[in-house]
Amino acid sequence: MSSSIALHDKTLSELAQGLEAGEYTSRELTEAFLARIERLDGELNSYITLCREDALRDADAADARRAAGNAAALTGVPMAIKDIFCTEGVRTSCGSKMLDNFVAPYDATVIEKLKAEGVVILGKTNLDEFAMGSSNENSHYGAVKNPWDLSAVPGGSSGGSAAAVAAGLAPAALGTDTGGSIRQPAAFCGITGLKPTYGRVSRYGMIAYASSLDQGGPMARSAEDCARLMNVIAGADPRDSTSVVRGVPDYVEGLDYNLKGLKIGLPKEYFGEGLSEEVEASVRAAIKVFEDAGASVQEISLPHTHLAIPTYYVIAPAEASSNLSRYDGVRFGHRCKDPQDLEDLYKRTREEGFGDEVKRRIIIGTHTLSEGFFDAYYIKAQKVRRLIRQDFLDAFDQVDVLMGPAAPTPAFDLGAHKDPLSMYLQDLYTIAINLAGIPGVSVPAGLAGKRPVGLQILGPHFGEQTLLGVAHQFQQITDWHRQRPEFGQEQA
Amino acid sequence: MQWEVVIGLEVHAQLATQSKIFSGSSTTYGAEPNTQASAVDLGLPGTLPVLNEQAVAMAVRFGLAVDAAVAGRSVFERKNYFYPDLPKGYQTSQMDQPIVGPGVLEILLEDGTRKSIRIHHAHLEEDAGKSLHEDFQGMTGIDLNRAGTPLLEIVSEPDMRSAKEAVAYVKAIHAIVTYLGISDGNMAEGSLRCDVNVSVRPKGQEAFGTRAEIKNVNSFRFIERAIHFEVERQIELIEDGGKVVQETRLYDPDADETRSMRTKEEANDYRYFPCPDLLPVEVDEAYIEHLRQTLPELPAEKRARFESELGLSAYDASVLSASREMADFFEEVKDVCGDAKQAANWVQGELAGRLNKENLDITVSPVSAAQLGGLIKRIVDETINGKAAKQVFAALWDGEGKSADEIIESRGLKQVTDTGAIEAVVDQVIADNPAQVTQYQEAEPDKRGKMIGFFVGQVMKASRGTANPQQVNKVLKDKLDSLS
Amino acid sequence: MALEHSDVLRAAHLARLGLASQDAEAYVEDLDRILAMVDQLQQVDTDGVAPLAHPLEATQRLRADEVTESNQRERFQQVAPATEQGLYLVPRVVE
Repeated sequence: MSSSIALHDKTLSELAQGLEAGEYTSRELTEAFLARIERLDGELNSYITLCREDALRDADAADARRAAGNAAALTGVPMAIKDIFCTEGVRTSCGSKMLDNFVAPYDATVIEKLKAEGVVILGKTNLDEFAMGSSNENSHYGAVKNPWDLSAVPGGSSGGSAAAVAAGLAPAALGTDTGGSIRQPAAFCGITGLKPTYGRVSRYGMIAYASSLDQGGPMARSAEDCARLMNVIAGADPRDSTSVVRGVPDYVEGLDYNLKGLKIGLPKEYFGEGLSEEVEASVRAAIKVFEDAGASVQEISLPHTHLAIPTYYVIAPAEASSNLSRYDGVRFGHRCKDPQDLEDLYKRTREEGFGDEVKRRIIIGTHTLSEGFFDAYYIKAQKVRRLIRQDFLDAFDQVDVLMGPAAPTPAFDLGAHKDPLSMYLQDLYTIAINLAGIPGVSVPAGLAGKRPVGLQILGPHFGEQTLLGVAHQFQQITDWHRQRPEFGQEQA
Repeated sequence: MQWEVVIGLEVHAQLATQSKIFSGSSTTYGAEPNTQASAVDLGLPGTLPVLNEQAVAMAVRFGLAVDAAVAGRSVFERKNYFYPDLPKGYQTSQMDQPIVGPGVLEILLEDGTRKSIRIHHAHLEEDAGKSLHEDFQGMTGIDLNRAGTPLLEIVSEPDMRSAKEAVAYVKAIHAIVTYLGISDGNMAEGSLRCDVNVSVRPKGQEAFGTRAEIKNVNSFRFIERAIHFEVERQIELIEDGGKVVQETRLYDPDADETRSMRTKEEANDYRYFPCPDLLPVEVDEAYIEHLRQTLPELPAEKRARFESELGLSAYDASVLSASREMADFFEEVKDVCGDAKQAANWVQGELAGRLNKENLDITVSPVSAAQLGGLIKRIVDETINGKAAKQVFAALWDGEGKSADEIIESRGLKQVTDTGAIEAVVDQVIADNPAQVTQYQEAEPDKRGKMIGFFVGQVMKASRGTANPQQVNKVLKDKLDSLS
Repeated sequence: MALEHSDVLRAAHLARLGLASQDAEAYVEDLDRILAMVDQLQQVDTDGVAPLAHPLEATQRLRADEVTESNQRERFQQVAPATEQGLYLVPRVVE
């Protein structure tokens, strides 16, 4: 691509090339993005905290490193971080009043890796409180707007990251995905987002929502950008017992993928009731692109799909109820004023510090784990979880990848799902993937009016290289990922 | 009515690892508050636990030592409750699938009888921090240095029938963990803590009575007294027509009583579930076998060897094998002096008596095992007699010489066995005590044996204790008898 | 399994969440419908299916027993609401 494209519309890979070619410095790049954020983010609310000073300092260090000939692949490239990753010396709020005053005293492992690479952190992006939500409306810092249509949500919980990347307020961002929180906002905002295999990316320093489901991953303008970020952040971490010791392939090398002979499965349960016509049309058109490129398509069944949401809403709240017990007003975070006694300290601190959705999930999780209910809910859900995973293992005996929509509709309107249950049901196509621990990527595959549609591609455990290769080849043929919203363009 | 006491124990042993069970913080006792509380120990957002391999190895070694089935697969669970010394709002512990399965431990009672106590299981868990109740602006202070220290919780079956059995059981656990080197067993520092479950039932009844759990009883003496109090309380209660309530009680050593722990709470609901941050722990046969091969000699084996190889009495063998420190000390003394029986007598007699009097532990004995062995060696080879030996021991205790030989030399305590020299002293004593000689001569022959003691004493005194007592006896008897 | 008002209050108490009795009403309604949705699980035949706790069914890695952490009390206590003499302060705990 030529340098006639505005900086904020370039991909991470292009920006890295530009830095390498000396077309601009990291400082210039960083200043350009910071200025753009300051000019435009008032409307979107995609960032919670901007790291202006740190970013410029790190940009200068990156330029010095490049001058010294020690630059790594992404040295000097700026990006945004979902405000769920601990960043030393920077407030890490998790979108909660509870952590509004929490300046993290350490870096998450992925943040350490990005810093070691020389990546510049622009700021911390908005999210649903403790990553609990599908619309980014559950943030203590207010809702985020979708740059494609300011009356729509950006999706959630990584809504700030998705909106920032889509609006050119960051070339890429880090997100996390517990039930679709990377893939669904990526779909709603027309960007590419990868949820890696559970255990592929370290969770150390990533504030826990549901530990057996949470996974961090890249959100960017292209599959190639995701591959470059995965090359930096993937790998086992001695500080995370659940991270997997297994060789990390070169994801960029894997982009050179031959679609000929690729076996694609279409889970029939992902094309059933509730799927909007416009999303289905875009997804089917995208699948046709693969067929035209030599891939074969067959229908597949994932028979336990309808149980994914019920299973998730036992396991995730149960883990969350325990994970969130540490917010007690003693060692960090919010503490109520003048606690009368210990019980008052706990109850008022937590009542004041947590928002409604977080409380709802803590109560559900506490209830389902309590005596007399544990077997009927938790153990039962774990058994069904095995059945759900087995569906995928069986499917991948027959096909290389599965394809379908990332969400049943394009981005919905702000305030459209006031009822929590109707919000939960929006995650029908993403949630099972976390229960099974497999990787999934959402790539832009069309527009429904002003709002983007995402194609979800799923692979077997540790199949990220294939997923990114397949997605990249799609992006060589189509240019949906090159589409930009009107938002912010005229001011460019 | 005749009552039977039923006791079960939960012993928490702090494992002697360098670092904590789930973090790289030091476990050293007594550091400044919160200086050994890392991000993981504090439960900072985003932190995760990673299991310490030594904690696992130590638990397995304990399992092997009590003939327990070591679980090939064990699972950590979260026990959820709020308390300020519990940073994460849950304690990571093992519930359904502990690392050590059922085992058995033999205890030795004071009357010399032995009894087998079944161990239900033992599991790994993390310790909590400490609440300091001094007044900090009217508040309580929390120190999390101890949070995350590895604990092995050893749960017995309700197999004990008296306070003495309970104490013997805890002593046996103490011996095993210290022999294995998996805990320092220091009860004063809380390295070994006991929860005691006590109930009573009419003799002959099979069903257990309702039990009370006495928390955190931390010395052998308190265990005994807490049980005594609790048993009496329960019997009195029942005999007065009352009912024992299942509850947690606290032993107050100052008042020598147990008290119900005041609690507004409804019954706890800990909501155990598998910890999603930790994976199942697997240990394979080869690993277990490797640990089995490297187990040290355990108390029971040592006791048997002391009896069979060293010819010690059952009593001596039991006492000397009761703790690893005692056994190690004794064995060193024995190796230096070459006489097991003399070594046993001295370690249990003179040394134990003096240590006891000064309230010292054998690990800090002023007389080292090498010194004591050197002393006994000189008794065995008859360089000194028993009387001089006591002087040497006292001198060693007071640090008045580096070795027995040095003290013997400098004080001229070498035993006099030269008959001529002894005869000279005897003659002198006879000459100096004519009145006693006369008494002796006038006494009936069967009374003389007793009377000779006076002359022996005088001779020993005159020789400053160095004369060989057997020779002195013989020479005196010959001389006195020949005078008459 | 229907959710009662008392279940919500009990769970809120176990989770130490302050919740006024009237606020609990709103939760009861939402949570009852959520649990009704979850109850679909009860229809599934899971005989002979083992619970799945982790998606990869891996086993625990062990850490060498080494002290790797140093004292960072000052740093950690900068984010603490109330400390004195290196201790975290809480309202008086009565035992």
